[in-house]
Amino acid sequence: MKTKISIKLLSELKHHALNARRAVVSTSAMAGSVHIASALSPIDILTALYFDVLNIDSKDPGNPRRDRFILSKGHGGLGLYSVLVERGFIPKKLLSEYGQDGSILAVHPVLGSVPGIEATTGSLGHGLGMGLGMALAQKRDKKSGRVFVLLSDAECDEGATWEAVMLAGHLKLDNLVVIIDYNKLQCYGKVKDVLDLEPFADKWLANRWAVIEVNGHKFEELIPALRNIPKQNNKPTVIIAHTIRGKGLPFMENTIEGYYMNIKQGDLEKVLATVY
Amino acid sequence: MRTAFVEEITKLAREDKNLWLLTGDLGFSVFDNFQKEFPAQYLNVGVAEQNLISIAAGLAMSGKKVFVYSISTFLTMRPLEQIRNDLCYQNLPVYLIGGGSTFSYSMFGCTHFPLEDLGLMRLLPNMAVMAPGDPLEVRALIRDVYRRNSPAYIRIAKKGEPVIHASDDVISLGRASKIRDGKDISILVSGRQLANALSAVTTLKKNNINCHLLSFHTIKPLDKLAIIKAAKETKGIVVVEEHFKNGGLGTAVAEILAQEGLSIPLINIGIDDEFPKGSGSQDYFLKKYGLSPEGIIKAVNKILHHE
Repeated sequence: MKTKISIKLLSELKHHALNARRAVVSTSAMAGSVHIASALSPIDILTALYFDVLNIDSKDPGNPRRDRFILSKGHGGLGLYSVLVERGFIPKKLLSEYGQDGSILAVHPVLGSVPGIEATTGSLGHGLGMGLGMALAQKRDKKSGRVFVLLSDAECDEGATWEAVMLAGHLKLDNLVVIIDYNKLQCYGKVKDVLDLEPFADKWLANRWAVIEVNGHKFEELIPALRNIPKQNNKPTVIIAHTIRGKGLPFMENTIEGYYMNIKQGDLEKVLATVY
Repeated sequence: MRTAFVEEITKLAREDKNLWLLTGDLGFSVFDNFQKEFPAQYLNVGVAEQNLISIAAGLAMSGKKVFVYSISTFLTMRPLEQIRNDLCYQNLPVYLIGGGSTFSYSMFGCTHFPLEDLGLMRLLPNMAVMAPGDPLEVRALIRDVYRRNSPAYIRIAKKGEPVIHASDDVISLGRASKIRDGKDISILVSGRQLANALSAVTTLKKNNINCHLLSFHTIKPLDKLAIIKAAKETKGIVVVEEHFKNGGLGTAVAEILAQEGLSIPLINIGIDDEFPKGSGSQDYFLKKYGLSPEGIIKAVNKILHHE
Protein backbone atom coordinates (compact mmCIF):
# COMPACT_ATOMS: atom_id res chain seq x y z
CA MET A 1 0.00 0.00 0.00
CA LYS A 2 3.03 2.27 -0.24
CA THR A 3 2.50 2.84 -3.96
CA LYS A 4 2.12 6.52 -4.72
CA ILE A 5 0.55 7.79 -7.88
CA SER A 6 1.90 10.72 -9.81
CA ILE A 7 0.09 14.04 -10.02
CA LYS A 8 -0.05 13.58 -13.77
CA LEU A 9 -1.81 10.20 -13.49
CA LEU A 10 -4.16 11.56 -10.86
CA SER A 11 -5.16 14.44 -13.07
CA GLU A 12 -5.66 12.12 -16.07
CA LEU A 13 -7.84 9.76 -14.08
CA LYS A 14 -9.96 12.62 -12.76
CA HIS A 15 -10.35 13.92 -16.28
CA HIS A 16 -11.53 10.54 -17.61
CA ALA A 17 -13.86 10.00 -14.67
CA LEU A 18 -15.47 13.39 -15.18
CA ASN A 19 -15.98 12.67 -18.89
CA ALA A 20 -17.55 9.32 -18.04
CA ARG A 21 -19.87 10.89 -15.45
CA ARG A 22 -20.96 13.54 -17.92
CA ALA A 23 -21.63 10.80 -20.48
CA VAL A 24 -23.77 8.88 -17.97
CA VAL A 25 -25.83 11.98 -17.19
CA SER A 26 -26.25 13.10 -20.82
CA THR A 27 -27.04 9.63 -22.11
CA SER A 28 -29.61 8.98 -19.37
CA ALA A 29 -31.30 12.31 -19.99
CA MET A 30 -31.50 11.74 -23.74
CA ALA A 31 -32.81 8.18 -23.25
CA GLY A 32 -35.07 9.02 -20.32
CA SER A 33 -33.58 6.03 -18.50
CA VAL A 34 -33.10 5.23 -14.81
CA HIS A 35 -30.40 3.62 -12.62
CA ILE A 36 -28.34 6.80 -13.05
CA ALA A 37 -27.07 6.93 -9.48
CA SER A 38 -26.05 3.26 -9.63
CA ALA A 39 -24.00 3.96 -12.76
CA LEU A 40 -22.29 6.94 -11.12
CA SER A 41 -21.11 5.40 -7.85
CA PRO A 42 -18.59 2.96 -9.45
CA ILE A 43 -17.20 5.42 -12.06
CA ASP A 44 -13.95 6.06 -10.18
CA ILE A 45 -13.41 2.33 -9.64
CA LEU A 46 -14.05 1.64 -13.33
CA THR A 47 -11.76 4.48 -14.37
CA ALA A 48 -8.96 3.18 -12.15
CA LEU A 49 -9.38 -0.32 -13.61
CA TYR A 50 -9.61 0.63 -17.28
CA PHE A 51 -6.98 3.40 -17.31
CA ASP A 52 -4.36 1.95 -15.00
CA VAL A 53 -4.89 -1.59 -13.74
CA LEU A 54 -6.37 -3.99 -16.30
CA ASN A 55 -4.06 -5.71 -18.75
CA ILE A 56 -6.30 -5.23 -21.78
CA ASP A 57 -6.00 -3.96 -25.30
CA SER A 58 -8.88 -2.28 -27.13
CA LYS A 59 -7.33 -3.52 -30.40
CA ASP A 60 -7.21 -7.12 -29.16
CA PRO A 61 -10.13 -7.43 -26.74
CA GLY A 62 -10.26 -11.24 -26.92
CA ASN A 63 -6.64 -11.99 -26.01
CA PRO A 64 -6.79 -15.19 -23.90
CA ARG A 65 -4.19 -13.86 -21.46
CA ARG A 66 -6.03 -10.59 -20.77
CA ASP A 67 -7.41 -9.55 -17.43
CA ARG A 68 -11.19 -9.85 -17.22
CA PHE A 69 -13.63 -7.44 -15.66
CA ILE A 70 -17.22 -8.42 -14.82
CA LEU A 71 -19.79 -5.83 -13.81
CA SER A 72 -21.80 -8.16 -11.64
CA LYS A 73 -24.03 -5.26 -10.60
CA GLY A 74 -25.38 -5.07 -14.13
CA HIS A 75 -27.65 -2.13 -13.30
CA GLY A 76 -24.54 0.05 -13.47
CA GLY A 77 -24.20 -0.84 -17.16
CA LEU A 78 -24.23 2.72 -18.40
CA GLY A 79 -21.27 3.52 -16.16
CA LEU A 80 -19.32 0.70 -17.79
CA TYR A 81 -20.35 1.71 -21.31
CA SER A 82 -19.27 5.30 -20.64
CA VAL A 83 -15.84 4.18 -19.43
CA LEU A 84 -15.50 1.78 -22.39
CA VAL A 85 -16.22 4.71 -24.72
CA GLU A 86 -13.70 6.86 -22.90
CA ARG A 87 -11.12 4.05 -23.20
CA GLY A 88 -11.76 3.54 -26.92
CA PHE A 89 -13.33 0.08 -26.74
CA ILE A 90 -16.64 1.15 -28.22
CA PRO A 91 -17.65 4.11 -30.39
CA LYS A 92 -19.29 7.11 -28.75
CA LYS A 93 -22.09 6.91 -31.30
CA LEU A 94 -23.50 3.88 -29.46
CA LEU A 95 -24.29 6.06 -26.45
CA SER A 96 -26.39 8.40 -28.59
CA GLU A 97 -28.45 5.34 -29.61
CA TYR A 98 -28.80 4.10 -25.99
CA GLY A 99 -32.43 3.57 -25.07
CA GLN A 100 -33.59 3.97 -28.68
CA ASP A 101 -35.46 1.23 -30.55
CA GLY A 102 -32.98 -1.36 -31.79
CA SER A 103 -30.06 -0.08 -29.70
CA ILE A 104 -27.43 -2.74 -29.20
CA LEU A 105 -26.79 -1.56 -25.63
CA ALA A 106 -29.28 -2.71 -23.01
CA VAL A 107 -29.37 -1.14 -19.54
CA HIS A 108 -27.69 -4.34 -18.30
CA PRO A 109 -24.59 -5.58 -20.19
CA VAL A 110 -24.88 -8.50 -22.61
CA LEU A 111 -21.93 -10.68 -23.63
CA GLY A 112 -21.06 -10.24 -27.29
CA SER A 113 -23.04 -7.01 -27.72
CA VAL A 114 -19.90 -4.87 -27.85
CA PRO A 115 -16.18 -5.52 -27.23
CA GLY A 116 -15.12 -5.30 -23.61
CA ILE A 117 -18.21 -6.89 -22.08
CA GLU A 118 -16.99 -10.12 -20.49
CA ALA A 119 -20.29 -11.46 -19.11
CA THR A 120 -24.03 -10.98 -19.25
CA THR A 121 -25.34 -9.62 -15.98
CA GLY A 122 -28.50 -8.03 -14.67
CA SER A 123 -29.74 -10.57 -12.18
CA LEU A 124 -27.69 -10.17 -9.02
CA GLY A 125 -25.46 -12.91 -7.69
CA HIS A 126 -24.25 -14.42 -10.99
CA GLY A 127 -21.06 -12.48 -11.65
CA LEU A 128 -18.80 -13.83 -8.95
CA GLY A 129 -19.45 -17.49 -9.85
CA MET A 130 -18.64 -16.77 -13.49
CA GLY A 131 -15.55 -14.83 -12.44
CA LEU A 132 -14.48 -17.75 -10.28
CA GLY A 133 -14.75 -20.06 -13.29
CA MET A 134 -12.62 -17.69 -15.36
CA ALA A 135 -10.00 -17.34 -12.62
CA LEU A 136 -9.88 -21.12 -12.19
CA ALA A 137 -9.34 -21.60 -15.94
CA GLN A 138 -6.45 -19.11 -15.87
CA LYS A 139 -4.84 -20.89 -12.90
CA ARG A 140 -5.20 -24.40 -14.27
CA ASP A 141 -3.93 -23.27 -17.69
CA LYS A 142 -1.00 -21.52 -15.98
CA LYS A 143 -1.95 -18.20 -17.54
CA SER A 144 -1.42 -14.85 -15.89
CA GLY A 145 -4.85 -13.29 -16.41
CA ARG A 146 -6.62 -11.89 -13.39
CA VAL A 147 -10.35 -11.53 -12.92
CA PHE A 148 -11.94 -8.46 -11.33
CA VAL A 149 -15.60 -8.61 -10.34
CA LEU A 150 -17.54 -5.56 -9.20
CA LEU A 151 -20.37 -6.38 -6.81
CA SER A 152 -22.96 -4.09 -5.33
CA ASP A 153 -23.45 -4.18 -1.59
CA ALA A 154 -27.02 -5.46 -1.92
CA GLU A 155 -25.71 -8.23 -4.14
CA CYS A 156 -24.20 -9.68 -0.99
CA ASP A 157 -27.76 -10.50 0.12
CA GLU A 158 -27.74 -13.22 -2.56
CA GLY A 159 -26.88 -16.74 -1.40
CA ALA A 160 -25.18 -17.49 -4.71
CA THR A 161 -22.61 -14.76 -3.99
CA TRP A 162 -21.58 -16.53 -0.79
CA GLU A 163 -21.40 -19.93 -2.49
CA ALA A 164 -18.70 -18.40 -4.70
CA VAL A 165 -17.03 -16.52 -1.84
CA MET A 166 -16.57 -19.75 0.12
CA LEU A 167 -15.24 -21.74 -2.81
CA ALA A 168 -12.82 -19.05 -4.01
CA GLY A 169 -11.24 -18.92 -0.55
CA HIS A 170 -11.07 -22.69 -0.40
CA LEU A 171 -9.43 -22.87 -3.85
CA LYS A 172 -6.94 -20.12 -2.92
CA LEU A 173 -7.69 -18.21 -6.13
CA ASP A 174 -5.36 -15.27 -5.65
CA ASN A 175 -5.98 -14.11 -9.22
CA LEU A 176 -9.58 -13.28 -8.33
CA VAL A 177 -10.46 -9.82 -7.06
CA VAL A 178 -13.82 -8.58 -5.84
CA ILE A 179 -14.53 -4.89 -5.54
CA ILE A 180 -17.62 -3.92 -3.57
CA ASP A 181 -19.38 -0.73 -4.55
CA TYR A 182 -20.44 -0.17 -0.93
CA ASN A 183 -22.75 2.82 -1.31
CA LYS A 184 -24.90 1.69 1.64
CA LEU A 185 -28.19 2.03 -0.23
CA GLN A 186 -30.32 -0.61 -1.89
CA CYS A 187 -33.63 -0.59 -3.80
CA TYR A 188 -35.99 -0.17 -0.89
CA GLY A 189 -33.91 1.29 1.90
CA LYS A 190 -30.55 1.61 3.58
CA VAL A 191 -28.40 -1.51 3.66
CA LYS A 192 -28.10 -1.31 7.45
CA ASP A 193 -31.90 -1.28 7.78
CA VAL A 194 -32.79 -3.88 5.12
CA LEU A 195 -30.12 -6.51 5.75
CA ASP A 196 -27.09 -5.20 7.59
CA LEU A 197 -23.87 -6.56 6.10
CA GLU A 198 -21.67 -5.57 9.02
CA PRO A 199 -19.28 -6.80 10.23
CA PHE A 200 -18.67 -6.98 6.48
CA ALA A 201 -14.88 -7.32 6.34
CA ASP A 202 -15.01 -10.08 8.94
CA LYS A 203 -17.30 -12.14 6.75
CA TRP A 204 -14.72 -12.11 3.94
CA LEU A 205 -11.83 -12.75 6.31
CA ALA A 206 -13.67 -15.76 7.73
CA ASN A 207 -13.95 -17.13 4.20
CA ARG A 208 -10.18 -16.84 3.69
CA TRP A 209 -10.08 -13.66 1.64
CA ALA A 210 -7.57 -10.83 2.00
CA VAL A 211 -9.46 -7.62 2.71
CA ILE A 212 -8.69 -3.99 1.87
CA GLU A 213 -10.99 -1.09 2.66
CA VAL A 214 -10.70 2.10 0.62
CA ASN A 215 -12.52 5.28 -0.23
CA GLY A 216 -13.97 4.28 -3.60
CA HIS A 217 -13.71 7.82 -4.94
CA LYS A 218 -10.07 8.48 -4.06
CA PHE A 219 -7.62 7.31 -6.73
CA GLU A 220 -4.84 7.76 -4.17
CA GLU A 221 -6.38 4.79 -2.33
CA LEU A 222 -7.91 2.82 -5.21
CA ILE A 223 -4.81 2.64 -7.40
CA PRO A 224 -2.39 1.26 -4.78
CA ALA A 225 -4.99 -1.30 -3.67
CA LEU A 226 -5.68 -2.44 -7.22
CA ARG A 227 -2.02 -2.51 -8.24
CA ASN A 228 -1.01 -4.74 -5.35
CA ILE A 229 -2.94 -7.86 -6.22
CA PRO A 230 -2.91 -10.34 -4.63
CA LYS A 231 -2.74 -8.68 -1.25
CA GLN A 232 -1.73 -12.07 0.14
CA ASN A 233 -0.50 -15.07 -1.82
CA ASN A 234 -2.99 -17.94 -2.01
CA LYS A 235 -5.94 -15.76 -1.11
CA PRO A 236 -8.47 -13.97 -3.27
CA THR A 237 -8.68 -10.24 -2.56
CA VAL A 238 -11.73 -8.17 -1.75
CA ILE A 239 -11.57 -4.40 -1.94
CA ILE A 240 -14.43 -2.92 0.05
CA ALA A 241 -14.81 0.45 -1.62
CA HIS A 242 -16.85 2.93 0.36
CA THR A 243 -18.79 4.95 -2.18
CA ILE A 244 -21.59 7.45 -2.57
CA ARG A 245 -24.55 6.48 -4.68
CA GLY A 246 -24.98 9.12 -7.38
CA LYS A 247 -21.45 10.44 -6.79
CA GLY A 248 -20.73 13.52 -8.87
CA LEU A 249 -24.34 14.53 -9.41
CA PRO A 250 -25.14 16.54 -6.27
CA PHE A 251 -28.92 16.36 -6.29
CA MET A 252 -28.86 12.56 -6.54
CA GLU A 253 -26.07 11.82 -4.09
CA ASN A 254 -26.96 9.49 -1.24
CA THR A 255 -30.62 9.26 -2.16
CA ILE A 256 -32.63 6.07 -2.36
CA GLU A 257 -34.74 7.71 -5.06
CA GLY A 258 -31.59 8.08 -7.18
CA TYR A 259 -32.14 4.48 -8.22
CA TYR A 260 -35.40 5.39 -9.95
CA MET A 261 -35.10 9.06 -10.94
CA ASN A 262 -34.55 10.25 -14.47
CA ILE A 263 -33.41 13.59 -15.85
CA LYS A 264 -35.62 15.62 -18.15
CA GLN A 265 -33.96 16.51 -21.44
CA GLY A 266 -34.87 20.17 -20.89
CA ASP A 267 -32.94 20.19 -17.61
CA LEU A 268 -29.82 18.54 -19.04
CA GLU A 269 -27.71 21.65 -19.49
CA LYS A 270 -28.47 22.88 -15.99
CA VAL A 271 -27.81 19.44 -14.47
CA LEU A 272 -24.58 18.89 -16.42
CA ALA A 273 -23.21 22.14 -15.02
CA THR A 274 -23.36 20.60 -11.52
CA VAL A 275 -21.54 17.37 -12.39
CA TYR A 276 -18.10 17.08 -10.80
CA MET B 1 -26.42 -45.36 -18.53
CA ARG B 2 -24.30 -43.45 -16.06
CA THR B 3 -21.33 -45.73 -16.69
CA ALA B 4 -21.72 -45.14 -20.44
CA PHE B 5 -21.64 -41.39 -19.81
CA VAL B 6 -18.45 -41.55 -17.72
CA GLU B 7 -16.71 -43.83 -20.22
CA GLU B 8 -17.55 -41.54 -23.14
CA ILE B 9 -16.34 -38.35 -21.49
CA THR B 10 -13.18 -40.15 -20.39
CA LYS B 11 -12.45 -41.01 -24.03
CA LEU B 12 -13.14 -37.43 -25.09
CA ALA B 13 -11.03 -35.98 -22.27
CA ARG B 14 -8.01 -37.99 -23.45
CA GLU B 15 -8.19 -36.07 -26.73
CA ASP B 16 -9.15 -32.68 -25.35
CA LYS B 17 -7.60 -31.06 -22.30
CA ASN B 18 -10.28 -28.39 -22.46
CA LEU B 19 -12.99 -30.89 -21.56
CA TRP B 20 -13.98 -30.42 -17.92
CA LEU B 21 -16.21 -32.28 -15.50
CA LEU B 22 -17.85 -30.50 -12.57
CA THR B 23 -20.03 -32.09 -9.92
CA GLY B 24 -22.13 -30.65 -7.15
CA ASP B 25 -20.82 -33.25 -4.67
CA LEU B 26 -22.78 -36.11 -6.28
CA GLY B 27 -21.86 -39.19 -8.27
CA PHE B 28 -20.03 -40.89 -5.40
CA SER B 29 -17.33 -43.27 -6.67
CA VAL B 30 -18.22 -43.06 -10.38
CA PHE B 31 -15.87 -40.14 -11.05
CA ASP B 32 -12.88 -41.54 -9.12
CA ASN B 33 -10.99 -42.66 -12.21
CA PHE B 34 -11.78 -39.50 -14.15
CA GLN B 35 -10.52 -37.41 -11.27
CA LYS B 36 -7.31 -39.45 -11.04
CA GLU B 37 -6.60 -39.33 -14.76
CA PHE B 38 -7.55 -35.66 -15.30
CA PRO B 39 -7.06 -33.80 -12.00
CA ALA B 40 -6.74 -30.47 -13.82
CA GLN B 41 -10.05 -30.98 -15.64
CA TYR B 42 -12.22 -31.89 -12.66
CA LEU B 43 -13.78 -30.05 -9.75
CA ASN B 44 -16.29 -30.86 -7.05
CA VAL B 45 -17.68 -27.43 -6.15
CA GLY B 46 -19.58 -28.63 -3.09
CA VAL B 47 -23.32 -28.61 -2.52
CA ALA B 48 -23.89 -25.32 -4.33
CA GLU B 49 -25.82 -25.74 -7.56
CA GLN B 50 -26.13 -22.04 -8.41
CA ASN B 51 -22.39 -21.60 -8.18
CA LEU B 52 -21.91 -24.90 -10.04
CA ILE B 53 -23.63 -23.49 -13.12
CA SER B 54 -22.02 -20.05 -12.95
CA ILE B 55 -18.55 -21.59 -12.62
CA ALA B 56 -19.25 -23.82 -15.61
CA ALA B 57 -20.21 -20.67 -17.55
CA GLY B 58 -16.99 -18.91 -16.51
CA LEU B 59 -14.95 -21.92 -17.63
CA ALA B 60 -16.81 -22.08 -20.94
CA MET B 61 -16.15 -18.38 -21.47
CA SER B 62 -12.47 -19.28 -21.08
CA GLY B 63 -12.48 -21.86 -23.86
CA LYS B 64 -13.55 -24.97 -21.94
CA LYS B 65 -16.29 -27.46 -22.74
CA VAL B 66 -17.88 -28.40 -19.48
CA PHE B 67 -19.92 -31.44 -18.43
CA VAL B 68 -21.82 -30.83 -15.19
CA TYR B 69 -23.29 -33.61 -13.09
CA SER B 70 -25.88 -33.61 -10.34
CA ILE B 71 -29.20 -35.27 -9.54
CA SER B 72 -31.73 -34.20 -12.20
CA THR B 73 -33.97 -32.24 -9.80
CA PHE B 74 -31.19 -30.30 -8.09
CA LEU B 75 -29.39 -29.63 -11.37
CA THR B 76 -32.33 -28.12 -13.22
CA MET B 77 -34.42 -26.34 -10.63
CA ARG B 78 -32.26 -24.80 -7.91
CA PRO B 79 -30.12 -22.96 -10.50
CA LEU B 80 -32.79 -22.44 -13.18
CA GLU B 81 -31.94 -18.75 -13.52
CA GLN B 82 -28.20 -19.49 -13.81
CA ILE B 83 -29.02 -21.99 -16.56
CA ARG B 84 -31.19 -19.41 -18.32
CA ASN B 85 -28.93 -16.37 -18.03
CA ASP B 86 -25.42 -17.75 -17.73
CA LEU B 87 -25.68 -20.74 -20.07
CA CYS B 88 -28.54 -20.17 -22.51
CA TYR B 89 -28.55 -16.38 -22.87
CA GLN B 90 -24.77 -16.44 -23.33
CA ASN B 91 -25.07 -19.63 -25.42
CA LEU B 92 -22.15 -21.56 -23.92
CA PRO B 93 -20.90 -25.15 -24.37
CA VAL B 94 -21.98 -26.48 -20.99
CA TYR B 95 -23.62 -29.90 -20.92
CA LEU B 96 -25.82 -30.71 -17.95
CA ILE B 97 -26.05 -34.37 -17.06
CA GLY B 98 -28.99 -35.06 -14.77
CA GLY B 99 -28.65 -38.30 -12.84
CA GLY B 100 -31.89 -40.14 -12.35
CA SER B 101 -35.14 -40.68 -14.21
CA THR B 102 -38.42 -39.73 -12.52
CA PHE B 103 -38.64 -42.74 -10.24
CA SER B 104 -34.96 -43.70 -10.00
CA TYR B 105 -35.08 -42.51 -6.38
CA SER B 106 -38.52 -43.98 -5.80
CA MET B 107 -38.11 -44.34 -2.02
CA PHE B 108 -36.98 -40.74 -1.55
CA GLY B 109 -40.10 -38.70 -2.25
CA CYS B 110 -40.85 -35.95 -4.75
CA THR B 111 -37.86 -33.78 -3.79
CA HIS B 112 -35.87 -36.35 -5.81
CA PHE B 113 -38.36 -37.03 -8.63
CA PRO B 114 -37.60 -35.13 -11.84
CA LEU B 115 -41.17 -34.56 -13.01
CA GLU B 116 -40.80 -31.28 -14.90
CA ASP B 117 -37.08 -31.07 -15.77
CA LEU B 118 -37.48 -31.78 -19.49
CA GLY B 119 -40.32 -29.29 -19.80
CA LEU B 120 -38.39 -26.55 -18.00
CA MET B 121 -35.28 -27.08 -20.10
CA ARG B 122 -37.35 -27.25 -23.31
CA LEU B 123 -38.51 -23.66 -22.73
CA LEU B 124 -35.01 -22.24 -22.85
CA PRO B 125 -33.61 -20.90 -26.15
CA ASN B 126 -30.31 -22.46 -27.31
CA MET B 127 -30.81 -25.48 -25.02
CA ALA B 128 -30.89 -29.01 -26.45
CA VAL B 129 -32.85 -31.49 -24.32
CA MET B 130 -32.40 -35.23 -24.24
CA ALA B 131 -33.59 -38.30 -22.37
CA PRO B 132 -31.83 -41.29 -23.94
CA GLY B 133 -33.45 -44.70 -23.88
CA ASP B 134 -30.44 -46.99 -23.63
CA PRO B 135 -26.67 -46.88 -23.05
CA LEU B 136 -25.88 -46.68 -26.77
CA GLU B 137 -28.04 -43.59 -27.08
CA VAL B 138 -26.20 -42.09 -24.10
CA ARG B 139 -22.84 -42.64 -25.80
CA ALA B 140 -23.95 -41.22 -29.15
CA LEU B 141 -25.62 -38.18 -27.61
CA ILE B 142 -22.64 -37.38 -25.38
CA ARG B 143 -20.46 -37.35 -28.49
CA ASP B 144 -22.98 -35.20 -30.36
CA VAL B 145 -23.51 -32.58 -27.65
CA TYR B 146 -19.76 -32.25 -27.22
CA ARG B 147 -19.49 -31.25 -30.88
CA ARG B 148 -22.04 -28.47 -30.36
CA ASN B 149 -21.05 -25.11 -28.93
CA SER B 150 -24.37 -24.64 -27.16
CA PRO B 151 -25.84 -25.80 -23.86
CA ALA B 152 -27.55 -29.15 -23.48
CA TYR B 153 -29.40 -31.11 -20.82
CA ILE B 154 -29.28 -34.90 -20.82
CA ARG B 155 -31.31 -36.82 -18.27
CA ILE B 156 -29.84 -40.26 -17.72
CA ALA B 157 -31.18 -43.18 -15.77
CA LYS B 158 -28.78 -45.08 -13.56
CA LYS B 159 -29.98 -48.58 -12.80
CA GLY B 160 -28.29 -50.73 -15.42
CA GLU B 161 -30.74 -50.12 -18.27
CA PRO B 162 -30.62 -52.75 -21.06
CA VAL B 163 -29.14 -52.11 -24.51
CA ILE B 164 -31.97 -51.81 -27.04
CA HIS B 165 -30.14 -50.62 -30.14
CA ALA B 166 -28.00 -52.76 -32.39
CA SER B 167 -24.36 -51.77 -32.16
CA ASP B 168 -24.32 -50.47 -35.75
CA ASP B 169 -27.46 -48.29 -35.41
CA VAL B 170 -26.92 -44.67 -36.34
CA ILE B 171 -28.06 -42.50 -33.44
CA SER B 172 -28.01 -38.72 -33.88
CA LEU B 173 -28.99 -35.76 -31.76
CA GLY B 174 -32.26 -34.34 -33.07
CA ARG B 175 -33.26 -37.42 -35.07
CA ALA B 176 -35.77 -39.89 -33.67
CA SER B 177 -34.39 -43.44 -33.80
CA LYS B 178 -36.62 -46.03 -35.40
CA ILE B 179 -36.64 -49.21 -33.32
CA ARG B 180 -39.48 -51.11 -35.03
CA ASP B 181 -41.51 -50.53 -38.18
CA GLY B 182 -45.27 -50.93 -38.26
CA LYS B 183 -48.42 -49.48 -39.80
CA ASP B 184 -50.91 -49.71 -36.94
CA ILE B 185 -49.98 -47.42 -34.05
CA SER B 186 -46.93 -45.23 -33.50
CA ILE B 187 -45.32 -45.33 -30.10
CA LEU B 188 -43.06 -42.36 -29.33
CA VAL B 189 -40.88 -42.80 -26.25
CA SER B 190 -38.48 -40.65 -24.32
CA GLY B 191 -36.03 -42.00 -21.80
CA ARG B 192 -35.70 -45.44 -20.35
CA GLN B 193 -39.34 -46.36 -21.01
CA LEU B 194 -37.94 -47.56 -24.32
CA ALA B 195 -37.43 -51.03 -22.83
CA ASN B 196 -41.07 -51.24 -21.68
CA ALA B 197 -42.27 -49.97 -25.04
CA LEU B 198 -40.23 -52.58 -26.92
CA SER B 199 -41.65 -55.28 -24.69
CA ALA B 200 -45.18 -54.03 -25.42
CA VAL B 201 -44.49 -53.93 -29.17
CA THR B 202 -43.20 -57.52 -29.09
CA THR B 203 -46.33 -58.71 -27.29
CA LEU B 204 -48.65 -56.78 -29.63
CA LYS B 205 -46.93 -58.26 -32.68
CA LYS B 206 -47.97 -61.73 -31.51
CA ASN B 207 -51.54 -60.48 -31.84
CA ASN B 208 -50.84 -59.13 -35.33
CA ILE B 209 -50.70 -55.53 -34.19
CA ASN B 210 -47.67 -53.91 -35.75
CA CYS B 211 -46.40 -50.80 -33.99
CA HIS B 212 -44.05 -48.15 -35.27
CA LEU B 213 -41.66 -47.63 -32.34
CA LEU B 214 -39.58 -44.46 -32.25
CA SER B 215 -37.08 -43.49 -29.58
CA PHE B 216 -37.41 -39.74 -29.09
CA HIS B 217 -34.18 -39.44 -27.15
CA THR B 218 -34.02 -35.81 -28.25
CA ILE B 219 -36.93 -33.66 -27.13
CA LYS B 220 -35.36 -30.47 -28.43
CA PRO B 221 -34.55 -29.90 -31.25
CA LEU B 222 -37.60 -32.01 -31.98
CA ASP B 223 -37.74 -34.34 -34.98
CA LYS B 224 -40.85 -32.76 -36.46
CA LEU B 225 -40.73 -34.79 -39.66
CA ALA B 226 -40.78 -38.08 -37.76
CA ILE B 227 -43.93 -36.94 -35.91
CA ILE B 228 -45.67 -35.89 -39.11
CA LYS B 229 -44.73 -39.18 -40.77
CA ALA B 230 -46.02 -41.17 -37.79
CA ALA B 231 -49.29 -39.23 -37.87
CA LYS B 232 -49.77 -39.73 -41.58
CA GLU B 233 -48.77 -43.38 -41.81
CA THR B 234 -50.36 -44.91 -38.70
CA LYS B 235 -53.75 -44.84 -37.02
CA GLY B 236 -52.80 -43.16 -33.79
CA ILE B 237 -49.94 -42.07 -31.53
CA VAL B 238 -49.05 -43.15 -28.02
CA VAL B 239 -46.43 -41.05 -26.23
CA VAL B 240 -44.62 -42.67 -23.32
CA GLU B 241 -42.49 -40.62 -20.95
CA GLU B 242 -41.42 -40.48 -17.33
CA HIS B 243 -42.43 -36.86 -16.91
CA PHE B 244 -45.49 -34.77 -16.20
CA LYS B 245 -47.91 -35.07 -19.07
CA ASN B 246 -47.60 -31.28 -19.10
CA GLY B 247 -44.64 -29.80 -20.87
CA GLY B 248 -42.67 -32.83 -22.01
CA LEU B 249 -42.60 -34.90 -25.19
CA GLY B 250 -46.37 -35.43 -25.19
CA THR B 251 -46.99 -31.69 -25.17
CA ALA B 252 -44.37 -31.15 -27.87
CA VAL B 253 -45.99 -33.80 -30.09
CA ALA B 254 -49.47 -32.33 -29.55
CA GLU B 255 -48.17 -28.90 -30.55
CA ILE B 256 -46.79 -30.25 -33.82
CA LEU B 257 -49.97 -32.17 -34.64
CA ALA B 258 -52.13 -29.11 -33.99
CA GLN B 259 -49.87 -26.79 -35.94
CA GLU B 260 -49.81 -29.17 -38.90
CA GLY B 261 -53.59 -29.64 -38.81
CA LEU B 262 -53.17 -33.38 -38.32
CA SER B 263 -56.16 -34.92 -36.61
CA ILE B 264 -55.20 -38.27 -35.12
CA PRO B 265 -55.87 -40.01 -31.80
CA LEU B 266 -53.15 -39.23 -29.24
CA ILE B 267 -52.66 -40.82 -25.85
CA ASN B 268 -49.99 -39.48 -23.56
CA ILE B 269 -48.77 -41.86 -20.87
CA GLY B 270 -47.01 -39.92 -18.16
CA ILE B 271 -47.50 -38.47 -14.73
CA ASP B 272 -50.66 -36.56 -13.86
CA ASP B 273 -50.62 -32.99 -12.58
CA GLU B 274 -49.91 -33.98 -8.98
CA PHE B 275 -47.01 -34.84 -6.68
CA PRO B 276 -46.95 -38.65 -6.54
CA LYS B 277 -47.74 -39.59 -2.97
CA GLY B 278 -45.69 -41.71 -0.63
CA SER B 279 -42.77 -44.03 -1.18
CA GLY B 280 -42.24 -47.37 -2.88
CA SER B 281 -40.40 -49.29 -5.57
CA GLN B 282 -39.85 -47.93 -9.07
CA ASP B 283 -42.31 -50.49 -10.40
CA TYR B 284 -44.94 -49.37 -7.90
CA PHE B 285 -44.89 -45.82 -9.21
CA LEU B 286 -44.41 -46.73 -12.87
CA LYS B 287 -47.39 -49.09 -12.86
CA LYS B 288 -49.49 -46.51 -11.06
CA TYR B 289 -49.13 -44.19 -14.04
CA GLY B 290 -49.33 -46.86 -16.75
CA LEU B 291 -45.60 -46.70 -17.48
CA SER B 292 -45.35 -50.43 -18.10
CA PRO B 293 -45.73 -52.82 -21.04
CA GLU B 294 -49.31 -53.47 -19.90
CA GLY B 295 -50.09 -49.75 -19.74
CA ILE B 296 -48.70 -49.20 -23.23
CA ILE B 297 -50.61 -52.19 -24.67
CA LYS B 298 -53.79 -50.85 -23.08
CA ALA B 299 -53.28 -47.46 -24.71
CA VAL B 300 -52.64 -49.01 -28.13
CA ASN B 301 -55.79 -51.14 -27.86
CA LYS B 302 -57.77 -48.14 -26.72
CA ILE B 303 -56.97 -46.32 -29.95
CA LEU B 304 -57.43 -49.36 -32.19
CA HIS B 305 -60.73 -50.42 -30.65
CA HIS B 306 -62.01 -46.92 -29.86
CA GLU B 307 -62.38 -48.00 -26.26
